[in-house]
Amino acid sequence: MNAPAPRSPWDRPGAKLRVATASLAGCFGCHMSLLDLDERFLDLVELVALDRTPLTDIKHLGPCDIGLIEGGAANAENVEVLREFRRNCRVLVAVGACAITGGIPAMRNNVPLAECLHEAFVRGQGLVDRGIPDDPELPLLLSQVHPIHEVVRVDHFLPGCPPSADAIWSLLTAVLEGRAVVLPWEQLHYD
Amino acid sequence: MNDAQNAANERPAFTLDGGRIPFTPGQTIMDAALAAGVYIPHLCHKPGSAPHGSCRVCVVRANGLELSACTTPAQPDLVVESEADDIRALRLAVVQMLFIEGNHICPACEVSGACALQAVAYHCGMLTPRFPQRFPRRAVDASHPDFVLDHNRCILCELCVRASRDDDGKRVFAISGRGIASRLIVDSPTGLLGDSSFSKDDAAARVCPVGAILPRRQVFRIPIGKRYYDRSPIGHVGDVAPRLDAEDVEL
Repeated sequence: MNAPAPRSPWDRPGAKLRVATASLAGCFGCHMSLLDLDERFLDLVELVALDRTPLTDIKHLGPCDIGLIEGGAANAENVEVLREFRRNCRVLVAVGACAITGGIPAMRNNVPLAECLHEAFVRGQGLVDRGIPDDPELPLLLSQVHPIHEVVRVDHFLPGCPPSADAIWSLLTAVLEGRAVVLPWEQLHYD
Repeated sequence: MNDAQNAANERPAFTLDGGRIPFTPGQTIMDAALAAGVYIPHLCHKPGSAPHGSCRVCVVRANGLELSACTTPAQPDLVVESEADDIRALRLAVVQMLFIEGNHICPACEVSGACALQAVAYHCGMLTPRFPQRFPRRAVDASHPDFVLDHNRCILCELCVRASRDDDGKRVFAISGRGIASRLIVDSPTGLLGDSSFSKDDAAARVCPVGAILPRRQVFRIPIGKRYYDRSPIGHVGDVAPRLDAEDVEL
């Protein structure tokens, strides 16, 4: 029987690392900030190959080296995606305020879920078809929005709303080179 | 050696992270350090206000004991550590607990960039609040014409309690309850700020280190990203953020 193939190019110098990203209960702002890497993206794709991300439209990820998660866990699908990322990624990074603290979506945690839904879909202004949506394809909402480290183990945290492209670059280069992640003061923001 | 230097040499001193800090008897470690231009992170301390020692952010090790710098009297030859790795870790945990205890959502906060809690967390290098978020259900009191009282952001530092009592002679604010149930209360028949004697000219209107006592209509005069602690670390510029409504703040 053959020895199992090494899972990661970190074991095979020269090969590209696989990176996957997902936006859970976020606004895609962190992904926009990733695009703000601009020409550095060209350097990045020399080093990494993209697996599941909103950019590739791959639906399920394979074994990856780095997973970047934007947004907190607000519904059952978020939890499923998050667990799939944890199973498949050697290093999982919480990117942005929502993934790290729950962020803006977690402001609903102050209001009982039934009241939230009632306000949005029953009592709200200008509604045509009043009633709480119950299509079976809609993922069920969690009673509260949670930061992702309350659901799975997280290896690195990159705060910001969104983190700047420079901060994302600092994190990615540190992780790729196996250095400790240290953000200079200029790049450390919660807003 | 001139007279001034002689006088300085005669003052008693302690060491802080290896440096000599002269002090006047009666000063705390915090008083002497700030007077010497050395920053020890703090939130419930404000020069001129009675020491309180409640936030524990100014934890230091003095002769082997972990103490709050703002309440510990300076003593000759005390050996104080503030930026040692284990003290920094302890302080970071204190700041993280302050974050998860309330609802501190910086992206939605009007004072982001001018908030001492946020700036101290930057100083401590906080990347995550780490502990499970408590998400407490707290009220926003919008009854006052000039100020909003947002209990979600209150860290119970009691700076407003002290300022209202000691500077304004009003006692508008107090802390009620114990432990995790502690909360800021307002002295008025309804418990609402708008029915109290609180005024925009009170000293208590200008001491909140976070966004709990929030002036209306003024807070976006300086855009987010260009505020006091956006421009300089709190360790360099100290803890007295200019009022968000001040017109003379350079952009």
